[in-house]
Amino acid sequence: MISGFVFRALEGRIVVAVGILLGIGILVPALNLLTPPDSALHIPTYAMSLFGKYLCYALLALALDLVWGYCGILSLGHGAFFALGGYAMGMYLMRQIGSRGVYGNPILPDFMVFLNWKELPWFWHGFDWFVFAMVMVLVVPGLLAFVFGWFAFRSRVNGVYLSIITQAMTYALLLAFFRNDMGFGGNNGLTDFKDILGFSVQADGTRAVLFFMSALMLSLCLILASAIVRSKFGKVLVGVRDAESRVRFLGFRVENIKLFTFVVSAMMAGIAGALFVPQVGIINPGEFAPANSIEVVVWTAVGGRGTLIGPIIGAILVNGGKSFFTGAFPEIWLFALGALFICVTLFLPRGIVGTIQHGFRSRKAYKAAAEAEKGRDAQPSVAQAAE
Amino acid sequence: MNTISETRKKSLLYLDNVCVAFDGFKAINSLSFVIEPGELRAVIGPNGAGKTTMMDIITGKTRPDTGTVLFEDTIDLTKKDEADIAQLGIGRKFQKPTVFESHTVWDNLELALNRSRGVFATLFYTLSPEDKSRIEEILETIRMTHRKDEYAANLSHGQKQWLEIGMLLAQEPKLLLVDEPVAGMTDAETAETAVLLKEIAKTRSVVVVEHDMGFIRELGVKVTCLAEGSVLAEGSIDFVSNDPKVIENYLGR
Ligand SMILES: Nc1ncnc2c1ncn2[C@@H]1O[C@H](COP(=O)(O)OP(=O)(O)O)[C@@H](O)[C@H]1O
Ligand SMILES: [Mg+2]
Repeated sequence: MISGFVFRALEGRIVVAVGILLGIGILVPALNLLTPPDSALHIPTYAMSLFGKYLCYALLALALDLVWGYCGILSLGHGAFFALGGYAMGMYLMRQIGSRGVYGNPILPDFMVFLNWKELPWFWHGFDWFVFAMVMVLVVPGLLAFVFGWFAFRSRVNGVYLSIITQAMTYALLLAFFRNDMGFGGNNGLTDFKDILGFSVQADGTRAVLFFMSALMLSLCLILASAIVRSKFGKVLVGVRDAESRVRFLGFRVENIKLFTFVVSAMMAGIAGALFVPQVGIINPGEFAPANSIEVVVWTAVGGRGTLIGPIIGAILVNGGKSFFTGAFPEIWLFALGALFICVTLFLPRGIVGTIQHGFRSRKAYKAAAEAEKGRDAQPSVAQAAE
Repeated sequence: MNTISETRKKSLLYLDNVCVAFDGFKAINSLSFVIEPGELRAVIGPNGAGKTTMMDIITGKTRPDTGTVLFEDTIDLTKKDEADIAQLGIGRKFQKPTVFESHTVWDNLELALNRSRGVFATLFYTLSPEDKSRIEEILETIRMTHRKDEYAANLSHGQKQWLEIGMLLAQEPKLLLVDEPVAGMTDAETAETAVLLKEIAKTRSVVVVEHDMGFIRELGVKVTCLAEGSVLAEGSIDFVSNDPKVIENYLGR
């Protein structure tokens, strides 16, 4: 049963993509660690961390594709799940600082000392333990998605209304996390991390492992997503996207189907956020900005929604472009992004991978039709009777 | 009172004194309607008579303001939602053919198959030999075996209608509600659909809403004429089509 579920996931394209991702995950850190800095093959640490960040964004886009591309839920709040996963990781990293902070308090992070707090708030307990923090990386975004989805899907909020309330959700969290008395570092967020599991977050070796973990988690989530969409459940999911009432009248509980997918997707986004934070060295409320969630939609659309691999490519390309533009011509990046979205919507509505796949499929259909035509000439009676 | 309890005893579907108003407009007005087990029934009536709304009420899409809706004499359908009602064994074909366009004909039928519909049951589902032969059987019934790998989007309008009927068969309902199945079909397709529905009705109850009088004649069953949300006349096609009220309200128009 389970093996069938996993086996189905490993369709050709997915195997190739996972192979490439894992190859990159090993090759890049190897070139960073094993080649001398003056070698032509050397990849500097900043570049590795930058690309590691793209891999986290790719995982976020993959998560969005599961709900948007396959289930038709256009979430404009996926950045919130990403940020929550990031905060869970950030809290662990803060607790690891110990007495090495500016104020030297062995328990309280600097910002709490600064606020004159005397003890650790209850929700910070346990975060000094890595396993607990990693569970929270999944549980916190998952729980928010569950509660949100429970109400939204049960009351059948759909389409643009759902998109608007997801946007409101991330905006509300943005405002909440800005407040100092929330206990998450307010405006400045969480930063000045020292080490993770005892290894310095600045060290090349740690960066290399984090990079590999990003590639690995992206691969595993890609396999999971592929297993989901290729199962009967995945076919139901597409049914919900294309003809929700048909699915209901066939006896499926659409609200449960959406809820499950939304929660799985939020957890993937949480993992992405957790891997992002140690590589960029900071998490602040800016990650909840509504515009961030909208950017994820752009990456997904550019790569091709409903293709799983497309959003990964889209996230890497668009963010690569962003790094280039913001370096070379910072003032035009937002215009370039806007223009890109408009062009994709107008000229490439299926996105990059979607367009290639569609072209391939039509060619196959054309060939099949030609074959059928030949078959019909050979035995006209059967085929025509069946028509 | 006595007669009602008698009809109730052997009914598969029982509607009594059902009313629904949309913004004050009475789409269904004290409608009473009974279907017996194994019955094939045709429903006719002018546009806006409330035929589709009646199906909405039976399948849980619309809640009646007042009235009784019972399935198998005891189950109160007004308390259930679409998924519950589908699982009880009521299947529905929409007026506009609704199939999963981005799935193949085969996948459409596989999804409709009356199997456990939970999240985990579907995640770990694998096609069993029985399910396979059941799908093949349905493909045969709806005459689409040769198109099983075709995407539903590429089917003709008539073929989509049949595929949807096939999906309802896969659902193994006790009662099938079919809304205007031959709208937009050629004459040949219409005749074939009549044969198909009669075949289906051998093993379950079917309610067919249709405008096409030729098609209704071909079915040759009891006819109910609705107008303005209630029953105008009920009986054989000849009886109903000679009723002066029916001529005035529907046929004469
Ligand atoms: N959801 C709705 N809201 C408002 N009016 C509706 C709704 N559904 C149906 N109606 C109205 O109820 C009447 C009956 O419609 P319908 O059941 O579709 O008729 P039929 O299927 O017999 O042509 C029509 O006048 C229609 O406009
Ligand atoms: Mg109608």
